[in-house]
Parts: sequence; structure tokens; C-alpha cells
Amino acid sequence: MGKLAKSPWLLHYDGSSCNGCDIEVLACLTPVYDIERFGIINTGDPFQADILLITGGINSQSESVVKQIYSQMPNPKVVVAVGICACTGGVFKTCYNIKGGVDTVIPVDVYVPGCAARPQAIIDGVVKALELLERKRADYAAQKKTAEGEGGTDSGTYQ
Amino acid sequence: MAKQSIVPFGPQHPVLPEPVHLDLVLEDEVVVGAVPSIGFVHRGLEKLVETKDYKDYVYIAERVCGICSFGHGMGYCEAIERVMHIEIPPRAKYLRTIWMEMSRVHSHLLWLGLLADALGFESLFMQSWRLREKILDQFDRMTGGRVIFSVNTPGGVLKDVDDEMLRSLLRAVDELERELRPVADSFLREYTVGSRLHGLGVLKPDQAVELGAVGPMLRASGVRYDARMLGYGAYPELEFEPVVLTAGDSYARCELRLRELTQSFALIREAVGKLPAGPIAVPVKGNPDGEYFMRIEQPRGEAVYYVRANGTKFLDRFRLRTPTTSNIPPMVSLLKGCQLADVPLLILTIDPCISCTER
Repeated sequence: MGKLAKSPWLLHYDGSSCNGCDIEVLACLTPVYDIERFGIINTGDPFQADILLITGGINSQSESVVKQIYSQMPNPKVVVAVGICACTGGVFKTCYNIKGGVDTVIPVDVYVPGCAARPQAIIDGVVKALELLERKRADYAAQKKTAEGEGGTDSGTYQ
Repeated sequence: MAKQSIVPFGPQHPVLPEPVHLDLVLEDEVVVGAVPSIGFVHRGLEKLVETKDYKDYVYIAERVCGICSFGHGMGYCEAIERVMHIEIPPRAKYLRTIWMEMSRVHSHLLWLGLLADALGFESLFMQSWRLREKILDQFDRMTGGRVIFSVNTPGGVLKDVDDEMLRSLLRAVDELERELRPVADSFLREYTVGSRLHGLGVLKPDQAVELGAVGPMLRASGVRYDARMLGYGAYPELEFEPVVLTAGDSYARCELRLRELTQSFALIREAVGKLPAGPIAVPVKGNPDGEYFMRIEQPRGEAVYYVRANGTKFLDRFRLRTPTTSNIPPMVSLLKGCQLADVPLLILTIDPCISCTER
């Protein structure tokens, strides 16, 4: 658990963003900002991810994909909405195909504003997500312990 | 005949930062058909033009895509300027050209990184993106933004540059050119890279024209066509000759982009040297009336901007045909007959930009 607390694995999904925030998310992982040196890896696999970074608002096509990816991630998990479009819909809020921010579909824990969100802001968001992840993990462990104490089975690893 | 099976590719896939979905029809390991389905990033922002002031719409046009952001703003503004018969000051033309070429440098370096990532060559990916940060720093310095700058406006540009910024840009370009050499050598001479790219996805010249390929896809197949030859911005006053290669395979497309990087460095140097003094924008009064097709060369190829205005401050129609839209039919034809393991590489060699395509 100690290693996980400092080196979460990220999953990045482009809801319906303009790419601006997506390349900034990747820029965080590459030299200059380079959060990979702390063992934070961008994994392509939802089953191995701790933190979900979503950029862009949600449209009718991506809604089911976002829900599916979220449900495939193991507990505890944290969702970070990167960029103003992911927070509220941003400049595309009035577009006919945009439902709004990511929180219209799945629960969001950290909001990172900006258009496009700067790498510094994204890293700050990930650090905030780490604290939340730690808290959620403690809660989850306590829940599991009570459930085991009552003779219940381990349920809800995959929501 | 072997049994056919269908492998879904995407929308969430490790090799693509953006969502696109392909149904790959396989016979054993060989792809016999590919059915693309798009719409995961569709926002419908062409429709927004009916409810936004034509001057404010520049900010929406720039957010079509975060990689080619500057070009989209420029294409839209140039179209509006031609409808309204506005001649922008020479300094604005040169500044637009400099920023456009800087965008090309950042986009091509980004693509090289993604290609290396698709090959599994992680350190080359990191090196390409390290170089890219240098040009982003210059953007940050000159415009205040890293990926989306919003410096275009109908009638010129919004921000002026001083001599210190230009000196710093030239220093960065020199540094970049020097540091690009070993990276370019790795792409062009490394055995592992070459063995994956040589002879992969050969697009013949007639096929490229017939299927409507644009940009590096078209030029790597031996067709000399570049929308910069049409003479917008400051290009008519600069030394410009499109880079053309004849092999038409993935290796040629990689080499072409590397050569275009060198060409962009030269264009930036020349434009900075010739940058005229004077105002950066002319005041724009009144509303546009009429229509215009504007073609500009984005890093990924030719993009077409159509505006139709009706004399009010709201436009009737804005239509954008992006380079990736044109490059999808050639890509689908290249995918037929390739190995499953080469699919990510082939998709990457067209340099897909899904948010441009779907808007």
C-alpha cells in the first residue's frame, strides 16, 4: 500500500475535448514536468488504474464509454476532471451535442480548471487526488473489515 | 478460407490519446477490412456560429483542436478578412506565419513522439517531447499560452512581439535544430525503427490522389502539393518549396515530417529576419456579407474553411474540412491486408486528429 500511495497509475480518457488538455496531460508525463519519475504511469488499462483523468465535456456517444471505463476501475478510485470543459462544459456548453461536465455522468472528485489546463495545475490536481485516494482506501479497508467481521463476503471490488 | 473474426479497436486505446473506433475484420493475423465509426468527440461547434458574434467565434474556431489551434483561428480569420476585403498589416502576416510554422514544429515533434511510443521506443518518445517543450516555452513567452493562444482576430493579431522575444525564439530554434539531429538519426537509421516502418502501408501516387490524401500523406507519395504554395500569409515572400518524397511508405512519411521540421526552422528564421515594423492590426467595422473558401496548410495537411455571411453579425454557416477527414479513406485502404500488430502504426502515420475531424 505504501508504494501505491505515492505512485498511482493514471488512466486518461478524452471525453470530447479539443485535444489541448490531452496533450497537456501527456506533457505532465514527459520531460520538464515528468511525473513518471515518481512512478506515476499512464496505463491504458482501466483494470489497473487508480486515478481517472477525463478531459472534455460529455456527449451522447462518449457517455456510455465513460461509464464503462469508470465501472471497470477497481476501488478505491478517484476521478479528476481536467480543463474547464470537463468541469462545466466550457465554451461548448451551449453546443447541441454536449450534455455538460463529466459530473453529469460519473462522480468527480477533483476539478482542474483552465483552457487548456496547464501542466502545473494538472499535477496539483493529481496530488490532491492522491490525498483523496489515501482517504478512500482507509475508508474502504474499514468497510471491508466490518463486512468480514459480520461474516459478509467481499463485494463491490468492481462496482 | 480462414475464419473471419472482428476485433474492436478503441475508443479507449493505449496508443491513441483520442477516441476513435475501428472494427477490424481479421483472417488469422491479417486485417481484411476496417470499419471506422466516429462521433466520440463530436461537439457540434459549427452550429455555434449562428449564435456567436463573428469576432467572438475566433475563440471557438481555435478550440476545434488543441494541436492545430493556431491554424484554425488563422484560417477562419483569413476567410472573414477576404469576405470583408480587409488587407491586414504586413507585420501581422509575418507574425501569423511565424506562429503557424512554430505550430507545425510542435505538431510534428508531438507526432514523432507518438510514433516512437507506438513502436515501444519509450526513450525516443521522451526525447521528442522534451524537444517539443522548447517550442512551447517560446509560445508561452510570445503569446501567453502553451497550446491555445487566442492571438488571432479578424484584421490582424492581438499581441505584438519585442526584439528580446525574437532573439529568444532564434536561440531556441538553433538549439532545437542541433538537438534534433541525434533524435532524427534514431528515427531514420535505427534498425528497430526501420524494420517496423520500411515498406509498411505503401500508398501509390495515383491512389493517393484518387482517395483524396492531403498533407504529408500526399507529399510522401510523390505528389507536389502544399496549400502554402497558394500564397496566404507571408509565404509568397519567403523561400518555400514543398518537401516531396516518392517511396510512399510509413518510413517516407516519417522522413518527410523530419524534413519539414528543418524547413520550418528555415522559414521561422527567414520570417523573423524579414519581420517588418508597423501596426499589428487594422480596425474592423461593420459586418461581413458574402462567402469564401479559404484553404490553408495545417501540419496534418490542407484544411478548408468555408464561411457564408449575411450582413449581420452572425454568420449563416461555417464549414471546416479537416485534413484527417480526407486522410481516413486512404488509411482504411492501407489497413486492408496489413498485420494486426501494424494497425496502431498505420493509424498513426496519417497523424490522426480526431477532435478536428469530428468538431
